[in-house]
Formats: sequence, C-alpha cells, structure tokens
Amino acid sequence: MSTFLGMPAARDGRGPSPQAAPGTLSGIGRPEDPLHWGASFPDAARAALDNGQLRRNLGKATSTIRAKRASVVGEVPDWEALRDAGSALKTDVMARLPELLETLERNVTARGGVVHWARDAAEANRIVAGLVRAKEADEVVKVKSMATQEIGLNEALAEEGIAAVETDLAELIVQLADDMPSHILVPAIHRNRTEIRDIFLERMADAPPDLTDVPRELAMAARAHLRRKFLSAKVAISGANFAVADTGTLAVVESEGNGRMCLTLPETLITVMGIEKLIPTFDDLEVFLQLLPRSSTGERMNPYTSMWTGVTPGDGPSEFHLVLLDNGRTKVLADEAGRSALHCIRCSACLNVCPVYERVGGHAYGSVYPGPIGAILTPQLTGEKSDLPYASTLCGACYEVCPVKIDIPSILVELRAREVALAGSSPDTADRVWKAAMKAASYAMADGGRFRRAARVPRLLRAISRNGVIRRLPFPGSLWTRSRDLMEPPKQTFRDWWAEREDGR
Amino acid sequence: MRIALASTCIADAMFPQAPRAVVTLLERLGHEVVFPAGQACCGQMHVNTGYLAEAVPVVRNHVRTFAPVADGEWDAVVVPSGSCTGSIRHQQAMVLERAGLPDEARAATAVAEHTYELSELLVDVLGVTDVGAWFPHRVTYHPTCHSLRMLGVGDKPERLLRAVDGLELVPLAEAEGCCGFGGTFALKNADTSAAMLADKVATVVDTGAEVLTAGDWSCLMHIGGGLSRGGTGVRPMHLAEILASTRESPVVPGRPGADREVAR
Repeated sequence: MSTFLGMPAARDGRGPSPQAAPGTLSGIGRPEDPLHWGASFPDAARAALDNGQLRRNLGKATSTIRAKRASVVGEVPDWEALRDAGSALKTDVMARLPELLETLERNVTARGGVVHWARDAAEANRIVAGLVRAKEADEVVKVKSMATQEIGLNEALAEEGIAAVETDLAELIVQLADDMPSHILVPAIHRNRTEIRDIFLERMADAPPDLTDVPRELAMAARAHLRRKFLSAKVAISGANFAVADTGTLAVVESEGNGRMCLTLPETLITVMGIEKLIPTFDDLEVFLQLLPRSSTGERMNPYTSMWTGVTPGDGPSEFHLVLLDNGRTKVLADEAGRSALHCIRCSACLNVCPVYERVGGHAYGSVYPGPIGAILTPQLTGEKSDLPYASTLCGACYEVCPVKIDIPSILVELRAREVALAGSSPDTADRVWKAAMKAASYAMADGGRFRRAARVPRLLRAISRNGVIRRLPFPGSLWTRSRDLMEPPKQTFRDWWAEREDGR
Repeated sequence: MRIALASTCIADAMFPQAPRAVVTLLERLGHEVVFPAGQACCGQMHVNTGYLAEAVPVVRNHVRTFAPVADGEWDAVVVPSGSCTGSIRHQQAMVLERAGLPDEARAATAVAEHTYELSELLVDVLGVTDVGAWFPHRVTYHPTCHSLRMLGVGDKPERLLRAVDGLELVPLAEAEGCCGFGGTFALKNADTSAAMLADKVATVVDTGAEVLTAGDWSCLMHIGGGLSRGGTGVRPMHLAEILASTRESPVVPGRPGADREVAR
C-alpha cells in the first residue's frame, strides 16, 4: 500500500535544490543483502540524526499519519475486538500453516493458476526469472511488494537482462534514485518534493523539461511515464496482502490504482508471497480489510482493493503464477517466543508511532523491514547476530497500535536474550565488558546486605560534583554525560536513612 | 494498612527522597510502612538488556523478600516506580519459569498480585485522591511509558496532582512520547536517546512549569539531566515528593542532588 501524506515543504519550486550537488540525488545504492546492509544501528542512526532535512521530513510525515490513524481508529467502537479477532486468526493460521498452504495450492491450481514453492530468495528469484524469460519479455511492471524487496528480485532480474519497473509512485522514486525504501508503506518518506523533481528530471527520460516540484505536476509526470509501461508490459509481478486458503483468492490493497493496472493489463501475472500471508476463509477478509487501511494509511477504506482467483478467460491475465516464499519464515514459525512476528500484515503503524523510527528513519535499520517490526522480524529471518533488538526503548507504543497485537516489546526482550547468548563466547570487547558489568551487578543486586554496601558507592562521585550535578564522567559514563547531567548522589542512601530512623525509635 | 515498601534500587542509591516521601505520605494517611531489609532490585535492568540468567538471582531475592505479602504479613507492596512495578508484574514469573523454577514463578505471581505502583495504591487500594498535600507551584506531568502502557495507570497520577492544594497542573505537549531513557538504551544508543531527550526537554520548557513530575525516578533522572544541562531551571520531582508536601512541612523544589529535606 502507498499513500499520499502531503509533501514536506521545500524552499523554492524552481532551480536546483541548494544541497543537490551533482550526483547527490543517488540514494544509498542497492545492497547485496536486503535484510542486512550498512553500518551498525547506532552509527547509522548517528548519521541520520544529523540530517536536518530528513528529521523534518520524518517528523512531519509520521505525525500527520499518527493523527490520521488515531482519528479513524477512534471512531470504530469495536476496535479492540477487531484486534483480538485479527490476532486470533493469525494465531490459528500459524498453528496449521502446512495444511492451509496445501489447501491454497489446491484451490489456486483448480482455478487455473500455477503454484511454485521457494525455499529462499535465490530460489524465488530463479523461478520468477525463468517464468519471465519463458514469455520472452525484457521488461516487467511491478506492484509495490515487500516480499520482492526482501529477496532483491529487481537486481536478480537485471542480471538476467530483465528490467523491472516499479509502478508505485514512491517505489518508482526510490528505484530511479538507486535508493532503498525507508518505510514499509511510504518508501520515499526520506525524500522531499524538490529532491523528487530533481530525480525525475535526471533519471526519467520522458519527464517534461520544465517540471516543477508542485505535487500535481510530479504525479502527472509519473503517470504519463507509467502509462506507457502499463500498455506495453507483457508480464506483471506483484506481492500479496492476503491469500484466502479456502478459495485460492489473492488480494492486494493500494491507494494509487497502479497496482490494479499491473494486475489486469499484462498477459501474465506472477505473485510472490510470503507463506505467512495466508488467511483461512474469505469471510476473514472482513476483519483484515477493516484493520489494515485504518492502521496503515489512516483511511476508513483504501481506494483500491483488487482480488483475483486463478485465471478467467477473457478477463485479465491469462496466466497466473503464485510463488510461495519461505526465506526464513519456517525458522521463525518454529520459535514459540518469536513466531507472532509472522502475524504482521505490513501496515507500518508501529513505524509511525515509534519514537526511535521517527528520529532516525528507515535506512538506519539496514533492512527492508525497518522500525519496531523490522527490529524483531529481520534478526529472526536472518538468524544472524544483530543490534536491532536494542534499537528500542521498550516504550510499548508499537504494541499499543499493532492491529494484530504483536507484543513487540516482549519479543525484543527475547531477542536481546538471544543476542546475549550469541555473544557468550564473543571476543568483542564491548560484549565482554557488558557481560562483566551485568554479572557484577547481578551479584550486588541479589542480596540486601551486599546492595546496602553497593548503594553507597555512587556517593564517591560527590567529590566531582558541582552545584548538585556531575557534568562530565570518563567513558563509559561519558555516554551519559555527553548529553545530560548526572544528579549528585545523596550523602545517605534510603536504607541507611531507614536504619537510622528505626534505631532512633 | 500495613504496607511493605519496595524502594527500587535506583531510588535507594540515588534518589532516596522518593521512598522517604512515600513513607511520609503513607504514615500521614495513617498507615504503617515497613521496609524489608533483604530487598535489592527487581531485576528489570538485567531482563531488559537480555541478561536473563544474571536476572535470576536478583528476581529470586526480590520474590523471597516480598513473599510474606502473599501470606498476609503485609497488606500490600508499594513501589514508587511504574517500570519496576511493570517488571514485577510482567517479567519476574517469566524469568523464573524459564530458569526451571516453577514454584518460585508461582510465588512471584502471588507477590505481583499484591504489588502496586504508588498512584495505583493510593487511588485503587486506599481509595484516596486528595491526600491533603500542599504544593504551591506550577507543575507539569510526564506519563512514563511503562506506567502508561504496561500498567495502564491512566489519569490516576493527574487526579492526585489536581487534588493538591495550591498546585497548578499544566499540560505537557506530546506527553505520551518516550523521553529516550530506555534503561541501557541511553548508553547503547546514546545519540538517538539524546535526540529524544532534546524534544522532551523542549516540550517541558514550553509549559513554563517550575517542576516536572513523574512516577519514576529513572525517567526523571534522564529528563532531569537534560533539563539541568540545558540550564532550564525546571526541577524534576517524583510524584511522591509532591504528595508528601504539606503546609506544615513543605517540600521546596530544588536540585535533587542537593539533599533537600523531605518533610518528616
């Protein structure tokens, strides 16, 4: 899904933007692994925090959509019951996923579709490339899809000489700029309209030379560009928001209608879908089609809901392929503590309310899945050591808005425990220092008598305090005092005061 | 009532004025306060940083120390912290269960059922909102994340504050936004934490309040550190300190480290 959030203000419509020196329009490039790229989270976050334009873009976009979501969720009297229903349905799906997937396969096949199973990204990309080659196409149009971002499909197709054209406006902007998405729903949230105008002028051959940064003009330029692609493409590739096991129906919800163009005009449609996108029956769509648009775009209903079941002669694509993607999902499913991350319906409400995401943006997470859901999904999908579980204050805002009630803070804590276990034998100095500090604290904090003595230690800092505060500490205390004062510790701990008071009685 | 106080490790060592104020307040309301000396820490820091094995002895000590509340030795346990109460209620049993200690996990659940954050104890258990306090200052309230979302204390702290004689409560913009503390997050992601803190400090300053209050000294230590660094003059004070203040023994806003006297 994609939505229009209002373009962040730009300085002036004409002329190159002040900071746009030649070449700076280019994004961060396409990484080798879409689930793990770039610097560590703290380092990437530091760079992002320093980007004033990014901070303003993100602040405006996330606060706008937060307010929209709050208002449309507030008008649904049974919202909490809907969340419970969404959560229960997904729990049920995960409990009998193998059975439901086979039901889906049977029903898609019975209606003239072809089902393919892909264990990982490489296998999925191979299947899709083979299908496109068989149609002798060298260009395909794409519906916005997180699954194909996750497997790096566009890059894999490019290696086979096939050009994949993103047709979601924001995905198109990201693609033209050789960039990565920074938000699940609004992938170009890190760009402002002046940058978008410059990207179109430089990278979109048929952009009008007198293009300004007026949103309508930008949209019309993209529209004209994409129309030509829609009319010539023989093959379209999509993801899926939902697949109904019972009927074999696939569903895509979107705002622009460009997805609908892809889903109906080309002769061949290839859908790549994560195996967790399943729902048992058609009736269950009722729950999710209420939950998703309100949570994601803050709309009562999204403008376009497209559904298709196999193929229908004379109507839409004559060939339909469904690629069911695992890519780490069964590993996540096998984990009792973390499996509810698979309940995610990619609404991105958790990103929009996250105080960390709001300040650092999506690229800092180094994964196509950023924000709170990315922080629990990415490390589980890759199984690698990650600093993402620590990219949260555990404030709980994500859990509060999640339409399928994924307890993200609790899973973050679980994943932190896993990180500690992975770091168990790590030679990394920071890991060893943390471990030693935690062990020492555990010893001091597991006994009242020991803690009585330990609690008096901070008092030593009074020697370096001035006017009741400590302004500067050596490392690692400097991590605190770089941005905040530390209150001067008291002369007397609470328990020493209490003991004195009891003695005096 | 006979109420056991869990002072929290951070307040015991760094901000004793908060548990002292709890003692003052509850005794003024006619209750008996006891401080079980075996207590140390609830284990939240270890759990939230992922050191579950290291959390086990800390959690066991807490549960052992406060287990008598389940047998009626005390009527309740009070904690002047939303996040520690949250950890006691939502994490301790899980930690012990995972460590293969089902009996102690059950004991933890029993202790948790009798454990209350200060505003919960006052409003829900003791049934008071007007505690007879006097605090003639302009105050703004930051609802800490765990009080708000883990415990769901709602407007209880604000109801208590509104009933304080002389107190002018001014609303805080973006109040529900996290201050960026997050325990070890403040160290592991110091830059992001500082960016969140800067925004929180700005909204606090915008209120024109003289005092910032909250139900957690950990968050107050963070925001207070930012308020002090910025030279804003706004003083951080725990909710308990304000509720402990009376005409007879007024608490004066000052730097927490300056050992201001708490009314006795």
